[in-house]
This record gives sequence, structure tokens and C-alpha cells, in this order.
Amino acid sequence: MELIPTQKRTKNMIKKFSISSIFAQLLLLIFVFVWIAPSFGLFISSLRDKDVLAISGWWTSFTTTDVNEIYRTEGMESQVEENGYFIIKGKVFEEGSGKLISRFGVTSKNIDEFEVGEIAVFKDGSEISIDKTGNYFWRSKEKFTKKKGKRIFISASSPPSFTLDNYKEVLLREGLGQAFINTFAVAIPSTLIPLIICSFFAYSLTWMRFYGRDLLLATVIAALVVPLQMSLIPILSIYNDIGNLFGVAAKSFPGIWMAHTGFGLASTTFLLWNFLKSLPNEMMEAARVDGATHYDTFIKIVVPLSIPAFASIFILQFLWVWNDLLVGLVFLDKHPSEIILTAKLKELLGSRGENWEILTTGAFISMSVPLLIFFSLQRYFIRGLVAGSVKG
Amino acid sequence: MTIFSLALTVLVGILVFVLFFHFSNFLLDYFGRRSSKIFKLENSLRVVIFIAPAFIVLFVFIIYPVFETIRLSFYDKIGREFLGWSNYAWAIKDPDFRRSILNNFGWLLIVPTLSTFFGLVIANLADRIWWGTIAKSIIFMPMAISFVGAGVIWKFIYDYRGPGDEQIGLLNAIVVALGFEPQAWLTIPIWNNLFLMAIMIWIQTGLALVIFSAALRSIPSETLDAARIDGASELKIFWSIIIPYLQQTILVIWTIITILVLKVFDIIYAMTNGQWQTEVLANLMYDWMFRGGGDSGRGSVLAFCIMIGVIPILGWNLYQHRKEQKI
Repeated sequence: MELIPTQKRTKNMIKKFSISSIFAQLLLLIFVFVWIAPSFGLFISSLRDKDVLAISGWWTSFTTTDVNEIYRTEGMESQVEENGYFIIKGKVFEEGSGKLISRFGVTSKNIDEFEVGEIAVFKDGSEISIDKTGNYFWRSKEKFTKKKGKRIFISASSPPSFTLDNYKEVLLREGLGQAFINTFAVAIPSTLIPLIICSFFAYSLTWMRFYGRDLLLATVIAALVVPLQMSLIPILSIYNDIGNLFGVAAKSFPGIWMAHTGFGLASTTFLLWNFLKSLPNEMMEAARVDGATHYDTFIKIVVPLSIPAFASIFILQFLWVWNDLLVGLVFLDKHPSEIILTAKLKELLGSRGENWEILTTGAFISMSVPLLIFFSLQRYFIRGLVAGSVKG
Repeated sequence: MTIFSLALTVLVGILVFVLFFHFSNFLLDYFGRRSSKIFKLENSLRVVIFIAPAFIVLFVFIIYPVFETIRLSFYDKIGREFLGWSNYAWAIKDPDFRRSILNNFGWLLIVPTLSTFFGLVIANLADRIWWGTIAKSIIFMPMAISFVGAGVIWKFIYDYRGPGDEQIGLLNAIVVALGFEPQAWLTIPIWNNLFLMAIMIWIQTGLALVIFSAALRSIPSETLDAARIDGASELKIFWSIIIPYLQQTILVIWTIITILVLKVFDIIYAMTNGQWQTEVLANLMYDWMFRGGGDSGRGSVLAFCIMIGVIPILGWNLYQHRKEQKI
């Protein structure tokens, strides 16, 4: 039944190469462009050199640009004597930079005095020449006596260049690596615990008979839309009381797991209940008649059948917890050993607001796991959303 | 904590719940077989085991806090002394609160409308174009990103440099290229709210898109073909067939985004922290939870204001649920 409409649709698509179709394609292309440009810009920026990033837009990074740079040559230690001359050789760029020099100079007053291939003379009479790729040849009749080399000024064209330096910097020095691990330590239990307890809960709401079942179900449906702001103050005060009473930290990983479990409980239960309802009643009845307990039925029949539903719910809850900021701010310390990625990112926005190389890279690291899940498990993600996710 | 001890904590945390269910059920089976008294009670005990953990969590984290928050809204900053309506009276006079209410209304009006509208238009376009699936994937992608991450992405877009300098923010670069003065977008009162809303619309359009996409498939193609044969234009089909058909879906998406927008916090907190007249209820509440050691009374009033916003939706959901149960 599914197949027939799909085929018809395909036919419709192919036969329409009219003006309206071109217009539709153009419109969609504009939408796609507007929607992808922000993330794309962030990604490209995270791969750019931080000095270039601060002075030019990311869209310029795909074309060759002209740059003016200053280098210092090697000093006296690397000189060799040849044919009565003292010579220092070297390279101004690192290997493989791809930059091409057009002009150079030896004084700050005239930084593009010479063309490549010409010989420049320093005040002390020594001569230097440089080729396009940055190899220089500096010779003098006198012995070089200074430890520091001389400055040379370069006008070069720089091809598009990208680097992973920002990632190294952010992961190791800015503490995002630890925050990344912390976020996993929050997200995995905060996803699995509700899944475990809600699957039993949803099972009992669907297949067990007991007094007050309808009321309980109605409570879950009401809880679906209760904003979590309603819970923050009372729970924080419970946690503080527990902390004082037993002399433990009020803000801890188990604390935030349970908070996330609480806030995700209604939606997880509701989605599972919706799914379990659709399983055939006869199957459960048959198992019961054969003498299986509810626990056996749950483990041996319901769980295997529910794997796709579990996958959808796992992804929804995992992404929700991973991306959450508010719960993490309220129930976890801002100490490096507890801070989560989103809170860390917010902190960087405050303290390193102008260091775009750190912000863009940090943001991309925080997005890496959700994006990975998104691209590999998109089907389950969409299925979960379509199944009617209303989160409290 | 080292990775190892962290992993161990995580493992123990999860195992506690698995083992609870396993052993309690195991014990019930074991004693049920030996004692006829327990056997008679087996079903009720089983129900208790299945429900207890979830119910306790539901009670402690949702049911009790709702009533406690309402109670606290009538008490002073540490929840000791009864103040009557004075926290509410404070709120009505507070300029930040008024600004928040106004802004929240703006968000509620604009974000669900535009997200739903864009989602509907894109779903329709993508459905008819061969590369539509890829387009949908791209537009849906922001759904996976955190609001803070999205905040960084858009703060980069809105970045401002002085008029003489080269702009590295996309928006100002475009504005300058068109010959206008660059602007510090996030600091222009009233308008800056729109720039913040754009972020939410950018994210939520994806949600509307995938749900509409699924719903579009349920429209019988015979109806559409019949309309085409009768010479109806695509625009006419859109307004006269597709929109009426999707009414229910539009309502659902509208509600989901409305609930989300009522609670909007991360975007404001990360981008402006309520400065330049962008304050919203959730951010103001967070502020009062910790400002000057925290004021649980005022914080609770603000939380309750958000709650009032969802009560109509809550009632509607329960009404729908009861109707379905009767069938």
C-alpha cells in the first residue's frame, strides 16, 4: 500500500520541469543556504588560524589572500664558511605552507622594497636574497656575530590553509576535554535510568490491572507539559538538605542523574506507553496462560519487541540531556571536575568572548556527538519526534 | 575525578536500577512458590515493584515540587515566613518582570508561527524535488544542536566591528557590502529580540519540517491528482487541500513549540543574559534563584507564571486523552 503513492509521487516529480518547478528548486535552495551557512561558517572558522580568523571573515578563507608577515632569520650559530664568505641559509615558512612570496624588504620603513630574486643589502654590508618559496641565502664577508638574526618583511600570497591547532588548544588547555568526559558521565545514566524504570512503568500502565491506573496515566500526561522550572527550587532545597544532613556534596552526579530522570520520566513513559499499546494483546494473554509471570513476559517478549522504540527514546533523551544547560547549571558545580560542555561553553562566551578560535572550536566539539548521532541514527531520531514528543 | 572512577560511578548508578528490578522480581517468584499467602498477593506485589521506582521519581521530582513551588510563592526568600500576595505584588511592579512578560508574548507570537510556516513551506517544496531529502536533512540538523551551541553560532553571525574595520560577522559583512553602517545587533532594544528569536526559529523549523513531512504522506494522492486534473494550480492545492488536511498536525506542532518557547532560557542566558531589554521569564527566574543568595519566593512566582502559560495546553491534552480512552 505504501509503495503505490510513492511511485506516483516520483512520476510527478520527474515530469515537472516547468517554470514552477525551477522556482520551487530555487526557493528551496535559498532555504538550504540560509540554514546551513551559520553552522558551516562555525565549522570552517574552527579550522582557521586564530590570527587570520580575528581579522577576516570565514568566507574569505577559500580564496588566496595577500598577507604581510615578518620573519627573523637564523643567528650566528648556523653560519658556515664557503669560498671566503660566511653564509646562513634557511627557510622563512614552515614546510608545506604553500605561501608564495612576491616582494620583500629589510627595513620596517620599506617592507616591499625588493622583488623576489633581487639582492638586498643590509646596513652592515651583508647581502640577502630570497626565492618565491621562502628559501633565503644570506652572505657576508665578515663573520656573523649576533645571536639573533635579522628581520625580513614579506609580502606573500597565502593559499587557503586550515589547521587543527585550535582543537588541540581547546581540548587540552581550556579544559573542554574534561567537560566532554563529564557530559558523558551525566548523559549516559540520565538516559539509561529513565529508560529502565519507565519501561516497567509503561508496561504496568498498559498490561497490568490495578486500582488507580487511569489516574496515574492522566498524571503522566499532565506531567508531560509541566515546565521544569516548577521543580528547580524545591529539588535544589531537598538536595541541600540531604547534603547538610549526611555531610555530602549537594551537587553531585547521582543528583543530576535523578533530576534528569525526573524531568524525562513523563515523556519517556508516554512514548513507551504509546508504543506498547500497539503490541497485540493476544501475545501477552498467551504468555500469561502458559504461566509466565509479568516479569518473564516483560523480559522475554516486550523488551525484544521494543528495541526500535528504545532506540528512538534513547536518542531523544540522550540529545536532550547532552544539550541541556539549565539542569546542569543548577544541579552541578562549576568546578572543572563536574562542569558540563554547555556550561563550559557559556563560561567561555563570558571570559573569552573575543577569542573566536576558542569559541567556534568549543562549540563544534560540544556539537560533535549530537551531530554524529544525528547523521548515523537520523531515522530513529525522526521516528521518536514524530511519535509525539512533548517534553516538560 | 579520573575517567576510571567516573566510569565506575556511572556503571554502579545504572546497575543499581537493573539489579533492583531483577532481584525484587526474583525474590517474589522465589517466595511465591513457597508461600501460598505471598502467591495470592503476587499480582499486587508485582504491580508495586513495577511502579514504585517511577512513581517515587514522578512524585519527588514533579508532583511534590509543583505544589511546593506554589506554596513557596507566598513565602519569603528562604521559605519561612508567610507573606501573602506580596511576592506577586512585587512582580507586577517590577520593570524586569513586565519586560519579561512582554518579551515572552513576543516570543509566543512570532516563533511558533514562523517555525510552523517555514516548516510547512519547506516540507511541501522538498516533497516535490528530487534532492528534497538532502535539503530536509540539512534544515533539520539544527535540531540536534544545543541552544548554547546555536548561541555561539549566531553570536558569530551577529559579531560587530567598528565601521572602519573588516567585519567578520556574516550579517554585518552583508550590511556593509550593501553600503550601510554595521550595527551591534544584540544591543538594539526591541529589535534584538527578533535576532534572538531567529535562533529559535532556525532550530525549530526542523521539527515542524519532519512532522509535516510525515503528515504529507498521509494525504491520499488520488485527491491531489483529481485536483490537478481539474486544473487546480499548485498554490490552490496548497491552500484548499493540504492546509485543511494538516490542521490537526499544525495544532500539534504549534503546541510543542509554544511549550518550548515559554521556557526559553539557554539562548537568552548565553547571548545577552537579559540585557538590552531582552529579559524573559525563565532567565529572570534563574537570576532570582541565585541573586543575593537566592529568593525562593520571587523565583517561585516567576516559575508559576510559566506554569500558568501551559495550563490551557495541559487541560486540552487531558481532555483529548479522555476522549481517546472512551473510544
